[in-house]
Amino acid sequence: MPRETIELPYEVERLTILGEDGEVDEELVPDLDDDTLLRFHRTMLLARRFDERLLKLQRQGRIGTFAPVSGQEAAQIGSAACLEEADWMVPSFRETAAALWRGTPASALVLYAAGYNEGAAIPEDAHDFPIAIPVASQIPHAVGLAYGSKYRDAGEVVLVYFGDGATSEGDFHEALNFAGTYGTPNVFLCQNNHWAISVPRETQTAAKTLAQKGLAYGIPGIQVDGNDVLAVYAATREAVERARSGEGATLVECVTYRLSVHTTADDPSKYRDEEEVEEWKKRDPITRLQTYLESRDLLSEEDVDDLEEEIAGEVEKAWEEAEKRMEELGDPADMFDHHYAETPPHLEAQRERWTDG
Amino acid sequence: MTEAVETRTTTYREAMREAIREALQRDERVFLMGEDVGRYGGTFGVSRGLLEEFGEERIRDTPLSEGGFVGAGIGAAIGGMRPIVEVMTVNFSLLALDQIMNNAATLLHMSGGQINVPLVIRMTTGGGRQLAAQHSHSLEGWYAHIPGIRVLAPATLEDARGMLGPALEDPDPVIIFEHGSLYNMESELDGDAPPVDLTSAGVRREGDDITLVTYGGTLPTTLAAADELAGSGIAAEVIDLRSLRPLDTETILASVRKTRRAVVIDEGWRTGSISAEISARIVEGAFFELDAPIARVCSAEVPMPYAKHMEDAALPQVADVVAAAREVVGSRP
Repeated sequence: MPRETIELPYEVERLTILGEDGEVDEELVPDLDDDTLLRFHRTMLLARRFDERLLKLQRQGRIGTFAPVSGQEAAQIGSAACLEEADWMVPSFRETAAALWRGTPASALVLYAAGYNEGAAIPEDAHDFPIAIPVASQIPHAVGLAYGSKYRDAGEVVLVYFGDGATSEGDFHEALNFAGTYGTPNVFLCQNNHWAISVPRETQTAAKTLAQKGLAYGIPGIQVDGNDVLAVYAATREAVERARSGEGATLVECVTYRLSVHTTADDPSKYRDEEEVEEWKKRDPITRLQTYLESRDLLSEEDVDDLEEEIAGEVEKAWEEAEKRMEELGDPADMFDHHYAETPPHLEAQRERWTDG
Repeated sequence: MTEAVETRTTTYREAMREAIREALQRDERVFLMGEDVGRYGGTFGVSRGLLEEFGEERIRDTPLSEGGFVGAGIGAAIGGMRPIVEVMTVNFSLLALDQIMNNAATLLHMSGGQINVPLVIRMTTGGGRQLAAQHSHSLEGWYAHIPGIRVLAPATLEDARGMLGPALEDPDPVIIFEHGSLYNMESELDGDAPPVDLTSAGVRREGDDITLVTYGGTLPTTLAAADELAGSGIAAEVIDLRSLRPLDTETILASVRKTRRAVVIDEGWRTGSISAEISARIVEGAFFELDAPIARVCSAEVPMPYAKHMEDAALPQVADVVAAAREVVGSRP
């Protein structure tokens, strides 16, 4: 036959476990103890309140441009929670919740948002990467990192975050192609938050799902309700286990929504309807988890009030600590630090000229 | 006769291969990846035989994706490996420029001094082989513009053999430019040629009448011009920059203070080039010691022509260097 169909056995599953009303599919609920579920909730709430505070600080001119996480807490906590300490987390630029889960101090995140690279300091021995702003450029890093892990037989899995917009970049495709051909232990965690600044998901690609983009590279893909922390956790855990057992990479698409600005440098009212935002607020990942925890008597309204108070104190303390550090770090000549392992003479000369001048 | 320190005639290509082989033998974290480096042994034959010797995990053929494999090299380097990434030609490296500049060169800064990227990127550069306008440019100067990386241009067998080891030991990203016209260059080399320093320029020929500053593929051209000038009684000193970032300004200035005249030979395009930078540094540091204006011999500012007669015309030739030097010497005050 001159023209026939090539069978491409590929399907994209969509997974939801915890519905918008807080009801769960008992058969699919992942095995998580109560403490872990409460930690999910606490860190999600902390990320949200921290975000709100950062936004205020930015509007007051006390910190620089940053990318809020609000709305995407479940996608980040559910996935980051699947990593062991020795696994690697490679963020893009919106992974505040994931960073808090991995143990980055909130004060460091404020310090960084204020423009101090010292805030990007990663806790000793933590296998986290610094944030990547170019869009998608961190995805090939994650593949090379995983290649090294495989070569050294280290058993470390590398999870990399990126958004819907990044799936149109060459680096995304080159990285997935690499991962497919090299069989690297990667989890490609896409947070499809529907908007790449002003470009909506439907303009970004004609593909029905982003998860299916793994097909061309021989990588399985799954779409997950990204505001359902249980579904994100279940799907990512499967992907991490596949990677760890040598079966290769997985693409996980978390369908979520950016409730706030892309970064503090843009104004969403210019490109999207408030009605759409209101619709997504009804699917808020934190409310959803809270309803579930309340239904299981793991959390009461009173508990939440106490938690809110505790978190407010924590956020305040983070700002105070960061502000104190900023005073210590006030010397503009520090801009000459950290470009080479050892500062070369020509940079020292520039530093001296600057200081003397 | 001792067997260990045997001197033999070899090529620039083999010297580079020997350097890679030694790096692979010495350090298990080292691996080579790039297009055609494995089964084919590299499009310029540098890695021939290494796949058979070291296996697929360490001599890694990659998909055709410069951004992808330079990026993967960055990730592997941060994760504790010591990758050598081969980019087939400098023209292709433009596809990886975001990875090199926005990532490799900035991650140390972005991480507050915490994350070094000990990555070595090797690539072929330059014209003269009729590979036309998309494979033949000399863009070393673009890379030399970027803070946060080290840029090397080995132009001798000793440097081809000796630069890779220290480059791999450097905690920062290093780019090594191998000019395509140099691979077949032959000379004698010690079997155990030592590592070389990565910061100083080299004086390849001494002379008192004029300083000729060059690097990479135009070093043989410049040395040939110096020979010819010697025939007419002009003693030229030839400086090989070796490192394009950082630049060893002192060696250049010391020579110019002695000869009081300079010609800069650079295969890159003249405007905004390394030759412009060298000229500026001479003017900044030795203006009052100059007896004549500085001259430059660069490539014509056109995409590299395909036809041989036009490509020859576009590139710096021995006759161009000789003519420029004569003019500068002739303009004695």
